[in-house]
Amino acid sequence: MSVVIVFILVIAGISFWWLAQQRLMSKPWLEQGAAGVLPGLESTGVPTAKLGLGVFLAVVGCLFALFASAYFMRMELSDWRAPPLPSVLWLNTGLLILSSVALHVAVMAARRNQPDMLRLALVAGGLTTLAFLAGQMTAWRTLADGGYFLTGNPATSFFYLLTGMHALHILGGLVGLGWAMAGAWREGASARIAQRVELCAMYWHFLLLIWLALLVLLAGWANDFIDLCRQLLT
Amino acid sequence: MVDITPRAVDAIPPAEVPDVELYHPHSWWTTYVFSQDAKVIAIQYAGTAMAIGLVALVLSWLVRLQLGFPGTFDFITPEAYYQFVTMHGMIMVIYLLTALFLGGFGNYLIPLMVGARDMVFPYVNMLSYWIYLLAVLVLVASFFAPGGPTGAGWTLYPPQAILSGTPGGQQAGILLMLASLILFIIGFTMGGLNYVVTVLQGRTRGMTLMRMPLTVWGIFTATVMALLAFPALFVACVMMLFDRVLGTSFFMPALVEMGEQLSYGGGSPILFQHLFWFFGHPEVYIVALPAFGIVSDLISTHARKNIFGYRMMVWAIVGIGALSFIVWAHHMYVSGMHPWFGFFFATTTLIIAVPTAIKVYNWVLTLWRGDIHLTIPMLFALAFIVTFVNGGLTGLFLGNVVVDVPLSDTMFVVAHFHMVMGVAPIMVVFGAIYHWYPKMTGRMFNEWMGQFHFWVTFIGAYAIFFPMHYVGLVGVPRRYPELGETAFIPDSVHTLNAFITVAALIVGFAQLVFLFNMFWSLRYGRDAGGNPWRATSLEWQTPTTPPPHGNWGKEVPLVYRWAYDYSVPGAPQDFIPQNDPWPEKAAPA
Amino acid sequence: MAIALALVLVVVGSVLFHLLSPWWWTPIASNWDYIDHTLVITFWITGVVFAAVVLFMAYCVWRFRHKEGSKAHYEPESKRLETWLTVVTGIGVAAMLAPGLYVWSQFITVPDDATDVEVIAQQWQWSYRLPGADGKLGTSDSRLVSAENPLGINPEDPNGQDDVIVEAADLHLPVGKPVKMLLRSIDVLHDFYVPEFRAKMDMVPGSVTYFWFTPTRTGSFEVLCAELCGTGHGFMRGVVAVDTEEDYQAWLQEQSTFAQLTAPEQVGAAEMVQP
Repeated sequence: MSVVIVFILVIAGISFWWLAQQRLMSKPWLEQGAAGVLPGLESTGVPTAKLGLGVFLAVVGCLFALFASAYFMRMELSDWRAPPLPSVLWLNTGLLILSSVALHVAVMAARRNQPDMLRLALVAGGLTTLAFLAGQMTAWRTLADGGYFLTGNPATSFFYLLTGMHALHILGGLVGLGWAMAGAWREGASARIAQRVELCAMYWHFLLLIWLALLVLLAGWANDFIDLCRQLLT
Repeated sequence: MVDITPRAVDAIPPAEVPDVELYHPHSWWTTYVFSQDAKVIAIQYAGTAMAIGLVALVLSWLVRLQLGFPGTFDFITPEAYYQFVTMHGMIMVIYLLTALFLGGFGNYLIPLMVGARDMVFPYVNMLSYWIYLLAVLVLVASFFAPGGPTGAGWTLYPPQAILSGTPGGQQAGILLMLASLILFIIGFTMGGLNYVVTVLQGRTRGMTLMRMPLTVWGIFTATVMALLAFPALFVACVMMLFDRVLGTSFFMPALVEMGEQLSYGGGSPILFQHLFWFFGHPEVYIVALPAFGIVSDLISTHARKNIFGYRMMVWAIVGIGALSFIVWAHHMYVSGMHPWFGFFFATTTLIIAVPTAIKVYNWVLTLWRGDIHLTIPMLFALAFIVTFVNGGLTGLFLGNVVVDVPLSDTMFVVAHFHMVMGVAPIMVVFGAIYHWYPKMTGRMFNEWMGQFHFWVTFIGAYAIFFPMHYVGLVGVPRRYPELGETAFIPDSVHTLNAFITVAALIVGFAQLVFLFNMFWSLRYGRDAGGNPWRATSLEWQTPTTPPPHGNWGKEVPLVYRWAYDYSVPGAPQDFIPQNDPWPEKAAPA
Repeated sequence: MAIALALVLVVVGSVLFHLLSPWWWTPIASNWDYIDHTLVITFWITGVVFAAVVLFMAYCVWRFRHKEGSKAHYEPESKRLETWLTVVTGIGVAAMLAPGLYVWSQFITVPDDATDVEVIAQQWQWSYRLPGADGKLGTSDSRLVSAENPLGINPEDPNGQDDVIVEAADLHLPVGKPVKMLLRSIDVLHDFYVPEFRAKMDMVPGSVTYFWFTPTRTGSFEVLCAELCGTGHGFMRGVVAVDTEEDYQAWLQEQSTFAQLTAPEQVGAAEMVQP
């Protein structure tokens, strides 16, 4: 459970850092009057939708941290045989990075009010993401053709489970992206659309991070890292 | 210390919020059914939770009938018994308590108490309820599925949960259970995002964190915890579904069932337990923290005194919330995990007792030199303290690793968790309903029916669960449909079991009086007015009662003080509402 | 008013129930009276706290109940009182935790002279295996379980040949000798629970768990399963008999070893055909 404990510690750190600025030591019964004049104490200053997405991403992060914890705990048992990593994953990683970059470009375009650039970038982001999903399917195929089935070794089961979970989240994101696209075609680069695009970009960057973490996990680098840590400790 | 000068108050501009289209629903359907009003969603959540809770109540009667009078009821076979126990536990913990405290009270009280017009994402909030309802329906469907619901115990421990030796293990029961939980978690996450972000962003002018009522603090902290804890249950459910449906071996070791080798191999049942309790222990506090918050407000209002040590109460809520993520394995002392964990988890578990004890002291000290009105909400609050202290103290037995060894998996555990997270929070639920019902409906509860309900519930519940500890102390294991001839169990235990059953039936029927009262008072209850308890917090200051969609009419309130200005020396009344600028004059409107 | 009285009655009733009721733990039959002592310490501390809190509450409710014209005292907090209460609580908690952890460290430290005894659980019966003359248990694997080898003992392992098998029958133990119970399950979770021994531990398929104890008095004790294991959970019973050394040896002589149980198979089959 160490991965998720570290994750919870990070969340707790952020929460306490924020709470520390909320004057938790003050004595509220002494402070009468409208404290509305004290800036920053009524809301966080972050746009509400962004904050909402941020909290949701914390939940998603927790979910994957828990999967990673389960992965490590299951790995310690004797029957663990990691499958070979299909090489198409590297291509997929590249595609996902591209889609993240494309959405970043879309955010810039929306801010500078360049509707054509915005639409182009959104389409590019959508297509690279679809290509990523297709690539993930290919990776599954490759594994299955090599005799590594879902019901085989738990390492293989985890490969399907983790990539599948990640792909599901990407699919959910595509719905949001479609919503942003529809808006971009109707309204161009309005402030409303700019915010939608920003939310999509934020989600994509986060899922890219998750994917890189999963890749580290599935490629076995995480174990090497842990072994290294153990050796350093002992 | 920053004291805000009256001049600064004058400088605050009034907040006229433009009429929002959303607050004017167009049809009956969008007003009462597919409503985006947090208060309607709250009532939908609460109604559904109580309806399914009633099913769980009936299940508990069946369980008790079997335990009190074994062999009398032929239809309660061991299979049926395990199914009843499992569904009773699962419904009460998740579909009733979690949904009622967060979906019900959270939705109703958060926007009102922080002075918001509604939740920040009303559409998502509405979806949350409908997904929850779907989860409940899937759960109910399992009663009608071939083979019936799962009988794996509410902990759903593999391997037995998905094997044929357990009711529903190889049939639809366990599948529907897991599917329902997954739906619940998705629905809850949608609601939870709302509660958290509304507290963060939706507070009205002047409502700083330290001016929020403890109810909001409790629900807020519990929601943050739930958002981080429920994913663990989600992961456990998904992986168990894979094991059951696709034949993976995440949790399933090589095993021989009824003389037959199964194809599983190498998995770890302990892994499931870690995931389950990583959710399961915070879950205890997800139920308890809202209860802590609400009961603080009940005591303060009805004792006409500020909650003693407000700051300490806030820190304790936050501290308990954080600590509760590192105590989960105290449910697993005898699970066969590495024994060294016992030292760590026993220590963290007993440390968490300290902030919890401080909360108890502060509730009791709030009563000291108060002006105690023994209203029904106050009575339930007192009953909460008694049962919570009782259940919390027996938690010190079970949390202290070696003392847990003889007691774990006995009826002592059953008595403990019913007292601490069954009876105690339910007392708060009742107190809260009696307290806020006038705001929700504009009418008071019938006093006599309320008194009857209180006395039977409090004394009865104590009579059920206090003696039950001693049944466990004798050594009677939990989850036994009958004890049979067992040498170390004297006959008197059977008599005691019968007594507990009778008490349980009486308490159960008293709840029907409560339900009747709820509907009766809706029509015949005394008119309540806007603020019958003369309370300070914002929900009692709405221009109309019950508050309409949008809550505040033209202008959201401006907050001048914390939520506990009761009996302030020199004030004209024994309470000053949060939006009352006393002793200054009101900001120009 | 009635509530103040009710609160007092709850305390008085609970204390009287505790003192007068006939329900208490079964007389101990192992060395784990330490656990009982820790439990009693916990009972005392928690009992005092419970009585103090509830009686104080009853007093408050009676003394400060609403009367015409009465007004509550205004006091937001008292740092001194809260600090003081925190410290006292901390001390109380430490007084329970310290002996608890001390006894736990004994509980998980198996003495060197403890004899291994293996318990094998399956839905829904108990079987046992004792190391034979060599004092060592052979290896086992639930993959090897079959009708002829119901406990999944490795026939290749020479250590296992002389192991004494007690299948679906009573276990006997000599009094006064520490035993390490090795717990193994071949299907689902179980828990080997003898109330008189106080100790218990889950049995997890795929791994071997353990606890140790020393039986301190002779007699016959009931084994129950304490971890839900399916519909037969409540009926999964067995018996552990603690014998004097002579009785134990006599019982041991009557038991069969793994080799004896597997070898005469053909003979048995031949007899069946012969009539």
